[in-house]
Parts: sequence; structure tokens; C-alpha cells
Amino acid sequence: MIAHHETEARDLLEALPAVTEAELLGLRDRLADSAAAQGVLDVAYRTLDTPVGSLLLAATEKGLVRVAYEVQGHERALESLAALVSPRILRAPARLDAASREIDEYFAGRRRTFDLPLDFSLSRGFRAAVLSRLPDIGYGHTASYADVAAAAGRPRAFRAVGTACATNPLPVVVPCHRVIRSDGSLSGYAGGPAAKQALLTLEAA
Amino acid sequence: MAEHGAMVLRVCRAVLGGADAEDAWSETFLAALRAYPELPDDANVEAWLVTVAHRKAIDVARAAARRAVPVAEVPENSSAPGADGRDLDLAAAVAGLPRRQRQAVAYHYLGGLPYQAVADVIGGTAEAARRAAADGIATLRKTYAAAAIGEGEDR
Repeated sequence: MIAHHETEARDLLEALPAVTEAELLGLRDRLADSAAAQGVLDVAYRTLDTPVGSLLLAATEKGLVRVAYEVQGHERALESLAALVSPRILRAPARLDAASREIDEYFAGRRRTFDLPLDFSLSRGFRAAVLSRLPDIGYGHTASYADVAAAAGRPRAFRAVGTACATNPLPVVVPCHRVIRSDGSLSGYAGGPAAKQALLTLEAA
Repeated sequence: MAEHGAMVLRVCRAVLGGADAEDAWSETFLAALRAYPELPDDANVEAWLVTVAHRKAIDVARAAARRAVPVAEVPENSSAPGADGRDLDLAAAVAGLPRRQRQAVAYHYLGGLPYQAVADVIGGTAEAARRAAADGIATLRKTYAAAAIGEGEDR
């Protein structure tokens, strides 16, 4: 009987004006601005449509901290940011304006290097050292895992270089796609082999 | 946290209405962002947000009263006759409830809090909270639902 009343009451309240998606988006934008102004927005994110699919972009106050392909799972990427960086995460495109513009320019063939502050806090130790060397491989060029291992000061650690590339939190911007096997084959890529090929083809044009 | 945005807005609207509800919503999530890192993993996020929303709604109402712009006030017990949608009629009926009934209805039915949790937020016993919500629903039925239920019977 009580349960019945509860259901009836809930049905009655269903007739309250619905909360629309547009209203919520407006409120979230306002919240993101206030949160950033008050210093309680640790991670801002947005998605960006590109020729290799939708990319999730996330930035801390230090800089771009994560780029995730759709195949990697945007939700999963956000969950790991919440666990590893901070749970104070909001969709807040403003902080990603510069990154979005540069990535757009890159895919349009109008940009060869990225000029963005980067936050490497998702990478540690040798992996971070490897990633920091990758921008040295110029646009349109490739290097082997062994080359990168040597450049990072551990010539025998080419497997660790592979791991560092596979776990690169900033694909596209930190160009792990330019690292290929010594025999010239592409090997794996966070965004899938087709995305790796697409980036290398774009840069070869 | 984003997934609770709609729920919190419904609660704030039921308790406050209008632009004040949006302010309370923003203040609730700002407070939540501030406190979120300290929230225990097993915390009931929904109940916690409703509790924060309750406090923020009080703050916003107090601030609004201080600004004292009479035309912006929703008169108590107004029945907003002739509004074009019955949704608006129900919202007006909710706005017309006595404060405790409005809070009990909002936190229990829209916020999903059990009566004990509602009582923890608004004071008094769980039984008193249950009664306040039941009285509120009964009043809503009387002022709003009689016609609407008739119309909607064949849903």
C-alpha cells in the first residue's frame, strides 16, 4: 500500500517541467567558468572531431594532460583522470581552445609542430623520458624503437620504448605515431593501425 | 557527478523556483567540486548532493530576501490560474506548499532520499518527514491533480 502511494506520488511529480539538455548544458558552461575562476576545476575536457575520429582532450592548469581516441574509450579516459589526477573534472571547452585550434590546424596540414603547454603527470620515469624525446622526431619523419631508446639514453630498452609509446597519454600531440619498427612496419598504436597510417600519410603529403 | 545534474536541478526548482534554483544548482556543484576529493569512496553521492543543495537553497533564498525585489517573489499559496501548461500549474502548486512539505517532497521524491535522511536534512523525525511529504502530495493532488489525473487516466 505504501509502495503504491509512493508510485502514485512519483507519477504525479513526473508532470513537473522536464529538465532539458539545453538547460543543463547552459548551467554546466556557467559552472565550468565559475569553477575555473575559483580554482576548483582541476581537469577541463572537451571532444574534438578530427579525420581520425573524435578525440577527447583534457587539460589541467599546467597544460594538456590527455588526448584519447574514441577506440580507447573516452569514459575510461575520464575515469582514469579522476583516479590519477583529480575528480574535479568538468566539460569546459574554453581551457582547450588553443589545443583544439592547433590540432585542427595539424589535420588541415597547416601545422607541423605543436606549441602547447603539456602536463606529463600521467607518465613516470623512463616512460616520461621517452615521451619527452618524441617531439625531436620531426614532422614527416619516422624513427625506430631502437633509435628512440638510444636517444633516451638506454639503447637496449627498445621494448620499454614500445610500452612508453603504447601508453602515451598525449597521442597526436606527442608524436608516438612516428615511431615504427626497424623493418619499416608500423606496429601497434593507441588509436589503431589505421589512425597511425592516416597520421603518417598526412605528414608525408 | 555530471549525471546528477538534472536531479539536483529538479530538487532546487521544487524548493526555490526560477533563477534562484539555477543559482542554488551552481552553488551546489561548486561546493561539491570543492569537497569532492574528500568524499569517501562509499558515500552516497546523490544523498550528499541533495544535502548540499538544501544548504545552498537556504543561502540563496536568504540572499534573495536581502535583495528584496518584491516583484521577483513567488507569492505563497498562489495557484497560478490560467497558466497554459499543466506542468506550470504543478510547479506553482509545489511552490505554494508550506516550506517543510515542499522540502520533504523534493528531497524524498525528486532527490531519492529515504525519510530518515530527509529528517537529517530538515530536522525532526523520519516519521514527521514522511507525514510532511504525504501532506504535501495530498495538497498537490487537491490543487492540481484532480483535473490532470482525470485527463491522464488512459495513459
